[in-house]
Amino acid sequence: MFYRETGQFKASYQDDQALFPIDQDRYVIFAVLFITFAVVPMLLNQYWLNAILLPFLIYSLAALGLNILTGYCGQLSLGTGGFMAVGAFSVYKLMVAFPELGFIPLVIISGFITAAVGTLFGLPSLRIKGFYLAVATLAAQFFLIWLFNKVGWFFNYNATGMITSPPMTLFGVIITGPEASPVAKYYLVAGFVAVFALLAKNIARGRIGRNWMAIRDMDIAAELIGVRPLVAKLSAFAVSSFYIGMAGALYFAVWLGSAEPTEAFDINQSFLVLFMIIIGGLGSVLGSFLGAAFLVVMPIMLKNILVDGFGTNTALAAHIEIITVGILIIGFLIVEPHGLARLWRIAKEKLRLWPFPY
Amino acid sequence: MRSLSRTIVAAILALPLLSGVASAYELTLPSFDYRTGPYAPNGIPFANGYGDYLNMLNERDGGINGAKIKLTPCETAYNTKRGVECYESTKASGDSGALVIQPLSTGITYQLIPKASVDKIPVFSMGYGRTSAANGKIFPWIFNFPATYWSQATVFVKYIGEQEGGMDKLKGKKIALVYHNSAYGKEPIRTLESAAKKFGFEFLALPVDHPGQEQKATWLQIRKERPDWVLMWGWGVMNQVAIKEAASIRYPMDHFIGVWWSGSENDVLPAGEAADGYLSGAFHQPGDNFPAHDDIKKYVYDKGKGLGDRDRIGEVLYNRGLVAAMWTSEAIRKAMEIHGTNEVRGVQVRDGFEALDVDEARLKELGLPGFTIPVKITCENHEGPGKVALQQWDAKAKKWSIVTDFYEPLRDITGPLIAEDSAQYAKENSIVPRICN
Repeated sequence: MFYRETGQFKASYQDDQALFPIDQDRYVIFAVLFITFAVVPMLLNQYWLNAILLPFLIYSLAALGLNILTGYCGQLSLGTGGFMAVGAFSVYKLMVAFPELGFIPLVIISGFITAAVGTLFGLPSLRIKGFYLAVATLAAQFFLIWLFNKVGWFFNYNATGMITSPPMTLFGVIITGPEASPVAKYYLVAGFVAVFALLAKNIARGRIGRNWMAIRDMDIAAELIGVRPLVAKLSAFAVSSFYIGMAGALYFAVWLGSAEPTEAFDINQSFLVLFMIIIGGLGSVLGSFLGAAFLVVMPIMLKNILVDGFGTNTALAAHIEIITVGILIIGFLIVEPHGLARLWRIAKEKLRLWPFPY
Repeated sequence: MRSLSRTIVAAILALPLLSGVASAYELTLPSFDYRTGPYAPNGIPFANGYGDYLNMLNERDGGINGAKIKLTPCETAYNTKRGVECYESTKASGDSGALVIQPLSTGITYQLIPKASVDKIPVFSMGYGRTSAANGKIFPWIFNFPATYWSQATVFVKYIGEQEGGMDKLKGKKIALVYHNSAYGKEPIRTLESAAKKFGFEFLALPVDHPGQEQKATWLQIRKERPDWVLMWGWGVMNQVAIKEAASIRYPMDHFIGVWWSGSENDVLPAGEAADGYLSGAFHQPGDNFPAHDDIKKYVYDKGKGLGDRDRIGEVLYNRGLVAAMWTSEAIRKAMEIHGTNEVRGVQVRDGFEALDVDEARLKELGLPGFTIPVKITCENHEGPGKVALQQWDAKAKKWSIVTDFYEPLRDITGPLIAEDSAQYAKENSIVPRICN
């Protein structure tokens, strides 16, 4: 009843090809954006913004990036941590060398640098597929982290190999470094995520996205109908790495403030982001967000409920958290192997008919 | 299902109400512990010692000057991201907010140095963290007494020189460093490089990646290079693996020196008899034969409130946690004295740290005679005495004991390095050094 497109007539091609062709979807998106930008910063305290929403948004962006590569184009990658490190170290070098450019352009430039590196490591994908490609990208992960840990130039030869983000401002508001207010950081990251999520949705439904999906579904058939695998695969690697690089830059410069390559960008990051898209839903923008929420927000909530709510001791709570997340992952994969986004799609089908399913 | 979720919601909603009922002012002290993950064998005894001492103060004296201590544990698993979450969740908790942060991880310390300085909460990174934070002019909020990694590294060099028969005998010797490949493990490298230049020994740095369970290649290299001495900057599982590997290549244990985080019972016991003679840095006594330990047993364990096993009281890392709690509580006491109120906050506790003076007489009063070195902190010196002793493992008696005097560090090496590194930090973060009187 409420979710029905009956009566919404499309009078032009433009209407028919809109990003959200159904009115209700559009209203929901506007509502979400309104809540994100106007309501959330008013309601939530520092802890929520700093410790929960910032990592959630940043991981969403990274998951979005990986989803483009793995979900839309079907190329399995385990190099996410390494590519995030490329973004982080590029933005660090740029922030130190060219602070006058401003933070947003610097993040975008580090996205492009990561895109270049990602394309380079994507070259093997033209020859190898599936698990073998996963191993090749795994090599990228280890090589990049080793490089950033070994070569002093990347961390400006300081004694410990740690990089620290210098304070920068945007329109006179401090957005990086310890003095930055959580609200400013939240707006910055939320802005990035909103813009690039809409962009991703746009790319995915257009020619490029369809090329990717054709390659994913059957590469030989795609080649026969005229999709060039070289262009499609490498563009997926480039766009995906661009997103992941930006996520890495924000992760280091805005959220953490300082990072060491071996810990902040280790292989666990790659797995974490991969799990996000598997649980959230491969080939779905919404899925990236749901997956990130599931794996970033839920453990913290669980911990808070157990420790603060029930007074469980912290070690037991940590173990319960690991067990619960593990069980939920398995449970979800059994019940819905296509991820949380699929659940939403099913709900949508049901909602169309509700409350008169005949 | 519905009723369960309702209960949970009700419990969460009731939380602020419950904590609001408490009438007396409570001192919130977060404890960043790690009872899970590859660093748990070292994290657990430290957290137990820290918590037990503070609980003992609560039970015996009703807190510090009558103000109860509220210990707020938070599990970090030695992971920086979780550490940041812990910091955010504890910094404003309770009546007082977090009074002192003890990150118990060099990675988390680096993360929190700028944040805590802005939030005005003192960070007590006891013998770890950023060495140049010893410069109180540039790091007013960070305290790393009683000694830093760089002081310790020079003390090891001094000890080696002594064993070889004079500092001039170091020339041509080969000293290897097996280190945790992270900010923590890299701390001593620069100091050891300067020392190598000064005394003419050859320095070899061998990284071990997190978590350090696989070290065959490292020790193969040591077997090949045959260094005269091996130093280790390890933590967690890495320690025991290294000691076992050293034993398996029959490296002489009395030429193998660990940092004070690599010298606890958990590290040497797995290697059995072979670990006999292994050395490590130390700044306090091992053992449970002090009056304070008796009080912990009497007031905490006899009431069933102990955090750990009774027979593990007095282990090296247990005592490390205890000494951290002791200095922290003394700093809070000092802060109360200076400001004439029990309702202190982080800002005031910082003043307490800066005026901290725990001498032997005070240690005796606290039931810890001869337990550690006297510590006196000033505005410009946040490292305190900087003196380090060495302890040795006796595998037969299964006991650590301090075998040397407390050495003065080679300040001519550490001094300029601290000045250089802190000046660089000040420049990068545009900090104007404060003036100390």
